[in-house]
Amino acid sequence: MTAVDHVDFDFNEGEIVSIVGESGSGKTTLSKMLLGLISVTDGQLYFQGKPRDISSRRKKQEYWKNIQPIFQDPFASYNIFHKIDSVLLDCLNMRGFRSASNAQKVDMMTEACSFVNLKYAELTNKYPFELSGGQMQRLMIARIFLLKPKILMADEPTSMIDACSRATILDMLLKLRDETKMTVIFITHDIGLAYYISDKVYIMEHGKFVESGKPDDVILRPTQDYTKRLISDVPKIYEPWDLDAI
Amino acid sequence: MKNTLKQVFHSGKFIFGFVIFVFILLMCIFYPIFVAKDPLKMIGSGNFFPPGTYVSQQEVVDSNSIYKLNIDTSASRFQMALSVENRAAMQEWLIKYGGIAEEDIDVTDAEGLAKLWISNYSAEKNGKMTSAKRKAYKRLDEAVQKAMKDSPLYLAEEGEDGSLQQIKKIGGSDFVNTKTLGSTETFLLGTDNFGRDVLTELVAATKTSLRIGLIAGLIATAIGLLLGLLAGYMGGTPDNLIMFVTNLFTVIPSFIILILISYSVGDAARGAMTVAVIIGITAWPWTCRSVRSQVISLRNRDHVNLSKLSGHSMMRIIFSDILPYIMSYVVMAMILQISSGILAEAQLSIIGLGPSTSTTATLGLMMNWAMTYSAHLNGSWWAFFPVVLVIALISFSLNLMNTGLDQVFNPTLRD
Repeated sequence: MTAVDHVDFDFNEGEIVSIVGESGSGKTTLSKMLLGLISVTDGQLYFQGKPRDISSRRKKQEYWKNIQPIFQDPFASYNIFHKIDSVLLDCLNMRGFRSASNAQKVDMMTEACSFVNLKYAELTNKYPFELSGGQMQRLMIARIFLLKPKILMADEPTSMIDACSRATILDMLLKLRDETKMTVIFITHDIGLAYYISDKVYIMEHGKFVESGKPDDVILRPTQDYTKRLISDVPKIYEPWDLDAI
Repeated sequence: MKNTLKQVFHSGKFIFGFVIFVFILLMCIFYPIFVAKDPLKMIGSGNFFPPGTYVSQQEVVDSNSIYKLNIDTSASRFQMALSVENRAAMQEWLIKYGGIAEEDIDVTDAEGLAKLWISNYSAEKNGKMTSAKRKAYKRLDEAVQKAMKDSPLYLAEEGEDGSLQQIKKIGGSDFVNTKTLGSTETFLLGTDNFGRDVLTELVAATKTSLRIGLIAGLIATAIGLLLGLLAGYMGGTPDNLIMFVTNLFTVIPSFIILILISYSVGDAARGAMTVAVIIGITAWPWTCRSVRSQVISLRNRDHVNLSKLSGHSMMRIIFSDILPYIMSYVVMAMILQISSGILAEAQLSIIGLGPSTSTTATLGLMMNWAMTYSAHLNGSWWAFFPVVLVIALISFSLNLMNTGLDQVFNPTLRD
């Protein structure tokens, strides 16, 4: 069983790259490989022009300063036994503010929370399950804001969230990108969403990239049947939904 | 935490089990405060006294009180006077010459038989008998008459010259008020084969057995939990290695290993705590296996990944991101381990491989003693039945608490 099979791609600083595919096409596996959570059986990953080296814990920690994720399910992303503060404090520790004064830490956390329209004073000493899904996901963005990694791996960050919060979350991601000039790898099953935000789109089917390029080229002039099907799967309000293609 | 406790104490099953367990526990704590005697002190000479209140016979004899001992001695007097052969002869005469139906005669009731004899016997009816038989019946009649009469008991002491001197005469109508006696003993559950008070012994034994169960359960859970966490989280070679050892322990029945270890440790070294440790280090495999499978299902969760990406060490992830999620399960597993530890001690002891000690009693040892001295064959139920009941109650209450907890922590099981 191969989830991700010989994919070849590259992306540049400051880009938003979307990887689009249906469930089970290997998107999440690919993202975990990039994050270094699953080992790669074959091939090479280059980061900043050098082969990625995460052979030891220290090197991994160094690597993870540069790449951080936002996961699909905000409810599963938090340790329910820890207060919210600990998530943000971990970020500060990672950035080397371990010995900073308490007031300074609170200032930084307050800033991060206000970036995502949350109030730190209301969140402190609360447990994750006391927040709504949208709030949790925004807090995840606040975490990224604190860490300021070079690459953000956003794995379906809006799929568990209702449509209203979705736009807010996407706007915040874009704002964060503009502010920190980070590369965003955006993984989604929603090709419309990918068209809306990406600089480059990769279409993934059964662990392979079948089509790639600028969103205008890929989505407006698709060459592959699979891409056409993905596009027809997006429900449209003013047209009848073509169920035959499914 | 407070909320969880509240939820737990809403479960009827848990409360029921908890109440039984706490009752046993309080019994173990408070009984020794009121009854301070050594639980293994041999009090009565002779084995298996049935439950009841006993008076020291020495006290009876030495008593110079004007009050008198209230013991019905007549029954035992008849019992002694009439041998089995004599009773058979009396029965034969009463049927043949007295005209009494066989079913009206109860040879086991010596006093009743004697009364029947006195009211029906007359020497005139013996005319047709051989003279030997006539003489035999005459002697028998005299014996019954003598037994009917209240003859005093003489206490004698051996004098300096070897002759017996009467020191006291106790008549059948001499009574003593039991309230004035100092040395009465009440054995609510009788005594065992060594004349030890079963109740006091039982309480001490329960305490030791609970301690053995607790130590065995703690050791088994600690080993199983640690190995399960490591195997589940690390995967790969460490997992294979740990699972190899665990499977080795699983395929050989742990009771066999238990017997072999207990045997090879030797009698001298086998104290109660040694047995607890031995039980603990043979009982961990199933905890290890189930903890491992729980950890495997947890280790790829997003919160664990996030913790990894936050640069936390493996130990920190295991103990702060995985352990809290399985803690309720671990507590339940430990309750079962304690229960099975107590049972394992009882099993080991009953076949004679338990703690080899004459200073501490355990529930298993009490069963072993009762079995060795065939309490189950001579009807001394008080020597083993209460022990069985306590073992069953402890195990029942612990399992009930476990089921109650399971329902609280697995909402799908709630009805």
